[in-house]
Amino acid sequence: MSPLLSLAWASLLNRKGSVILTVVAVALSVALFLGVEKARSGAREGFGNTISGTDLIIGAPTGSVNLLLYSVFRMGGATAEVSWPTYQKIAARGDIAWTVPIALGDSHRGYRVMGTNLDYFKHYKFGGGQALTFAEGKPFGDLFDAVIGSEVARELGYSLETPLTLSHGLGAADLGSGHENRPFRITGILKPTGTPVDRTVHVSLQAITAIHVGWETGAKNPLADTIPEDMIRSFDLTPKSVTAIFAGLERKGTVLTTRRAINTNRGEPLMAIIPGEALAELWNVTSVAERALLAVSAFVIAVGLVSILTSILTSLNERRREMSILRATGARPHHIFLLLVFEAGLVGVLGALLGIALVHGLIALLAPMLQAQYGVAFQMGAPGFVDLSVLGAVSAASLLIGAIPALTAMRRSLADGLSVRL
Amino acid sequence: MSGPVIEIEGLTFSWKHGPQVLDIPAFGVEAGERVFLRGPSGSGKSTLLGLIAGVLAPQAGRIRVLGEDMSALSPSRRDRLRADHVGVIFQMFNLVPYLSVTGNVLLPLRFSPARRKAAGKDAASEARRLLARLGLEDEQLLQRRVSDLSVGQQQRVAAARALIGAPKLIIADEPTSALDADARDRFITLLSEEVTRTGASLLFVSHDAGLAPFFTRAVDLAAINQVKARAGAAA
Repeated sequence: MSPLLSLAWASLLNRKGSVILTVVAVALSVALFLGVEKARSGAREGFGNTISGTDLIIGAPTGSVNLLLYSVFRMGGATAEVSWPTYQKIAARGDIAWTVPIALGDSHRGYRVMGTNLDYFKHYKFGGGQALTFAEGKPFGDLFDAVIGSEVARELGYSLETPLTLSHGLGAADLGSGHENRPFRITGILKPTGTPVDRTVHVSLQAITAIHVGWETGAKNPLADTIPEDMIRSFDLTPKSVTAIFAGLERKGTVLTTRRAINTNRGEPLMAIIPGEALAELWNVTSVAERALLAVSAFVIAVGLVSILTSILTSLNERRREMSILRATGARPHHIFLLLVFEAGLVGVLGALLGIALVHGLIALLAPMLQAQYGVAFQMGAPGFVDLSVLGAVSAASLLIGAIPALTAMRRSLADGLSVRL
Repeated sequence: MSGPVIEIEGLTFSWKHGPQVLDIPAFGVEAGERVFLRGPSGSGKSTLLGLIAGVLAPQAGRIRVLGEDMSALSPSRRDRLRADHVGVIFQMFNLVPYLSVTGNVLLPLRFSPARRKAAGKDAASEARRLLARLGLEDEQLLQRRVSDLSVGQQQRVAAARALIGAPKLIIADEPTSALDADARDRFITLLSEEVTRTGASLLFVSHDAGLAPFFTRAVDLAAINQVKARAGAAA
């Protein structure tokens, strides 16, 4: 075995140029496949890490995926809200330990603004139970205080005390139809979490009400800006409604009954979802696209493997002489067969190893940027089960595919005997 | 070893769909003999060597090599017999391009434990010794790619490869046809010396009748082959 392996190795070294190209082709295909797979699992992990410790999310009836997306991931928007009295009734339920109401709908230079109360900083957990922590400052205390996520601070270059104004709706630019007459003051900056929290501006629910004084019709009353701040502070700023409610239960065991009770609430229709369940539903939707991507990249690996086959098959003609020399010096047909199978296998193994190294190198290099830009947390560290499976599969497939030229060469060498007519 | 190394009786061979190439009622090589087999190209010399080496099988008749009846052996047993006991030298392009000079000389040892054993523990220095005997001692030369060697040097490397591990039979197929007269004579002299020293038998085929004096016996293929050579017949 091993004398043949070293022979195969020497033969590959002799054809370095084309062998390196083939190895690179296999490596790129393997890297693509692993990259897709790692982005997929990274995205899943990132989504899964975004919310933890919240047993139910409650909002107006909509799709459960939709409710999850807008309440937790700040994607899309709510079509209806939950009225304040209903929120109070839910908060007062005996089986519910804590609630955090949130109000969404405004933005600041493309970042979503979320109105909530101080319980948010206490109860919202991410990444398997980590609480939000402050890099600087403290939660909002005054009406016009704001707490910003780490990315908001970094991207916009904000620090404590920086004034900021909000825009109505989700437009990225200040269209002049905003809340620019009600400036906020930054009192806290959160530490990075790798979740949408990093891209959120947090204010109090009362602040949301306050900046919408004069907006009761849905559009801005031209006189709204004439109301002085002192007068606004004297208003009852209890919100009329909230967008969604995060809730924690007294006992986890009651989650299904509590959910049913809320879903069948008499009076205002409501919908409660279990975050993990809604997430699973979301994966169901995205898994079709994921599988398509994985299938495409698996086909790219197949193309890489075919390039091994091509390179060996095209070399066979010029190697006829070599095969008969080997036969003359005592190589048996199965030695010829194994020599070529080993060559294919070595190219496959090298390509897979290079591809794995490539993906890990790229992840190490780009992970911080990807995490910051897209919130996709790539797993770093030693090659894992997926890498080893791909290595195994590509090696096995290349050995298998090597059998095709190997059989051809073996048959030919038997027919050629000692005298190849060149 | 005493007794015949090669014994042929009533051998016939034809390539698939081709005319008969060989019909040899009787031919033999004794142990220690150096036999020169002369024949023009296309007379079936290479085919005969292929039969003796066991890569081809005759349609009829018997070939005994080292006492083994080749037609009775399985292909893999014939392969093993060749690997263990036969050294082969071709006309040209004898060497595996991706192996070093010594790597080429040591090649038969990869496939034959018997010759590995015969070459001794330090096979690499045995290879060097053989190369030196054949006039290739320059260390620098041994480091070069085999494709950079002259044809004469390549043929001597091939001879060293055929000789390593003390096979009992060396067969050479026109190994000097690409050499000039001086190189040719030197090559045959060195090869003969080494073959004599190891006690092997040599079967050397060529079209060049002028080589006959270097051997203990010269045979004309036309004299033992009853098939008349035809133009265009397989070599």
